[in-house]
Amino acid sequence: MSDIDTQRRQFLKTSAGAAAIAIAPGMMLYQTVRADTAAASSKVRWGMLIDTAQCKEGCNDCVTACNKENGLSGKTGATDSQWIRKIEIKDISNGHTVSLPMMCQHCEHPPCVDVCPTQASFKRADGIVLVDRHLCIGCRYCMMACPYKARSFVHETLTDQNPDVPRGKGTVESCSLCVHRIDKGQIPACAEACQNKAILFGDLNDANSEIYKKVRSAATVQIRADLQLNPGVRYQGL
Amino acid sequence: MRLLGSLLLCLCIPAALAAEANAPKLDVGKGGECVKDTQWMRKNHMHMLKHQRNETVRKGVRVEAEAFKACVECHASTSDNSVTAREDSFCVGCHRYAAVKIDCFECHASKRKEALAKKETK
Ligand code: SF4
Repeated sequence: MSDIDTQRRQFLKTSAGAAAIAIAPGMMLYQTVRADTAAASSKVRWGMLIDTAQCKEGCNDCVTACNKENGLSGKTGATDSQWIRKIEIKDISNGHTVSLPMMCQHCEHPPCVDVCPTQASFKRADGIVLVDRHLCIGCRYCMMACPYKARSFVHETLTDQNPDVPRGKGTVESCSLCVHRIDKGQIPACAEACQNKAILFGDLNDANSEIYKKVRSAATVQIRADLQLNPGVRYQGL
Repeated sequence: MRLLGSLLLCLCIPAALAAEANAPKLDVGKGGECVKDTQWMRKNHMHMLKHQRNETVRKGVRVEAEAFKACVECHASTSDNSVTAREDSFCVGCHRYAAVKIDCFECHASKRKEALAKKETK
């Protein structure tokens, strides 16, 4: 960050909050200057491109990194949260196998959002599909609606969560594309952890980004493209 | 009229004093300068938190100084790094006194990040 930029932030930080006006006791009208991160922009569409040719069978690095980053137990029982899983698919006619990670596909038209009765499931302006746990009532409609089985329900009381990733009993959760990292300018933990560079993360709308160029030059597919949900996660070599 | 006035005064002063004496003694942690003055925060922190949570979760606007994490960072006890662990912990002490149940910490971390990181490496 440039020098001027830092100073500006400092200035805004000290003046931020000064413009909150009390309009009635207990009711506030905020006019706070937003100094830290701007709102997610709809010009951006975050996505991932997964190259199954690079993804190694038996490797679980992305899953481990996700669990660590988001504070998941790593267990895979029926009632354990899994935000990303490794799956192996086999062509039974010739025995050819491919290995790939599956997670929330961050659809442009997410069925989970359509069915959610409380608007807890929502799509952020930059295409990230999230659960607002403050509103989630744990009905699990979204889990039934998701064609990718991407969501998990938290069954047990949790303690010692990562301060960046609040999560708790009675709500549904799924891959957040590491939204807390993205907002800091970092890439998702899984993409960072993959030594084989099988996960390419980027802005699908940015003509200068690697992912933008790659989806235009290589053959990539969306899983269950027939559902016309336009997922932000794409796969190569399927 | 004057009698009534002084009677009221007599009743009110001890009540006010008593409230002050019974007020919870809180472990304010690192403390220091807050984003607002103490009295404002006592009365309005919940509105600020709720406003900020919607901005952050739904729009991605993150204001570092007003983040939930920042509250915990300053106000977690310097002895156990927590805002909820003891009777006089910053959040618990007052909420118990006011008899207002909070469920923030069912999801949010009640400890400083550094405390959690230390635990992990142990
Ligand atoms: S479980 Fe939560 S996020 Fe899912 S549909 Fe119900 S209220 Fe919405």
